[in-house]
Amino acid sequence: MKPLLRRFVLVSIAAVACVAAAPAAAHAFLDHALPAVGSSVHEAPRSVRLWFSEPLEPAFSRVRVVDAAGKDVDAADSHVDASDAKVLVASLPALAPGTYRVVWRVVSVDTHVTAGDFTFDITR
Amino acid sequence: MKFTSISGAAFVALCIASGAVGAHGFAGKRFFPATLATEDPFVADELSLPTIFWQKSPASGDEPAARETEFAVDMSKRITENFGIGIGTTYKVVRPDDGDTERGFDNLEASVKYKFYQDDVHEAIVSAGIDWDIGGTGSRHVGAESFSTITPGVFFGKGFGDLPANVKFLRPLAITGQVGVGIPTRSSTTTIGDEGDAEVERHPHTLEWGLSIQYSLPYLQSFVEDVGLKAPFNRMIPVVEFAMSTALDRGASGTTGTVNPGIIWAGQAIQWAVEAVIPVNRRSGNSVGVLAQLHFFLDDLFPQTIGRPLIR
Repeated sequence: MKPLLRRFVLVSIAAVACVAAAPAAAHAFLDHALPAVGSSVHEAPRSVRLWFSEPLEPAFSRVRVVDAAGKDVDAADSHVDASDAKVLVASLPALAPGTYRVVWRVVSVDTHVTAGDFTFDITR
Repeated sequence: MKFTSISGAAFVALCIASGAVGAHGFAGKRFFPATLATEDPFVADELSLPTIFWQKSPASGDEPAARETEFAVDMSKRITENFGIGIGTTYKVVRPDDGDTERGFDNLEASVKYKFYQDDVHEAIVSAGIDWDIGGTGSRHVGAESFSTITPGVFFGKGFGDLPANVKFLRPLAITGQVGVGIPTRSSTTTIGDEGDAEVERHPHTLEWGLSIQYSLPYLQSFVEDVGLKAPFNRMIPVVEFAMSTALDRGASGTTGTVNPGIIWAGQAIQWAVEAVIPVNRRSGNSVGVLAQLHFFLDDLFPQTIGRPLIR
């Protein structure tokens, strides 16, 4: 290997090692949810649970559930699960059949904000 | 300690309120990955290390066919939330079928970019920038030009998450693209041969244009329908890039470029990608190459130091 290329490769490896060793704490992506994203369920769920890829800041992370008319239907008790900081929960009353939208906005512990929404259907 | 928790919450609130949480590749809930062959529209703190390219080039005139391998590094840094700079260099190894292997650095590349429009609801973004290929900074043995080329351009991205529910499986689609004009700082180069004959090579203005079409499996899983994809497929984004160049004047004409189908895997702080490089016509080459990249999101790796804008 020529000296110039060897130097380039060594610098690259050193830089990759430094970067890879950094303690990453990144955007919180939605990993999965219950009810599942885009799913149809036969029984009205009593809560929505969202699992994220990163621990969340409880004070700045919220989820709400709205009906087809855009009206809030959750119990307004959105909170980060005390036993798992990656899980966001909100309670639901007995919901009628229909389409509901879950809207979330979370802040990971390194202050990155992510937001999103998805729907689920309740059928009888 | 109460003081600590209050301070932590206050810090988070301050960061959010100051907009310091802006991020690479996001427009609303859409995450656009960093593309390899075309410039993406985001201003970000990121490092591509390395980008590796391999392709066999055809014989042309007196030049024999050759196998080219490139190792590149590029870094982008936000100065403000919406304005950033970039710098990159490429080490090239050219192995002709007939002749000695040539090695050396190509010209340095510097760039500036400003994001002037973003619509989170419609997952749209537009930015403008200037790329500067700095003439004379590379080795002529590997084809580095002695003159500079300045390319002002516009970059855009659009996600299709706003499509109606009856075509919901098209919502993970997104496009990004670029249009620019390459302006060489010299119109021609005259070379005097061994027998005293002069050869003039003209350097035309070029239209540099490109497009990427992406289908985001993370978007499908998180916002449209959980179809049960597991790692590593749930973080994959199939992509096709089109990187094209059209000569505009000075006796030159025609378009060269490549179509690059590939896969991008985007994780929490890094992404990797591999693409095939398929020439669009004979002038662009006659064999399929390979492009691969390891990419780091510095704003996720170092959110409180080099991963945030210098001026907030």
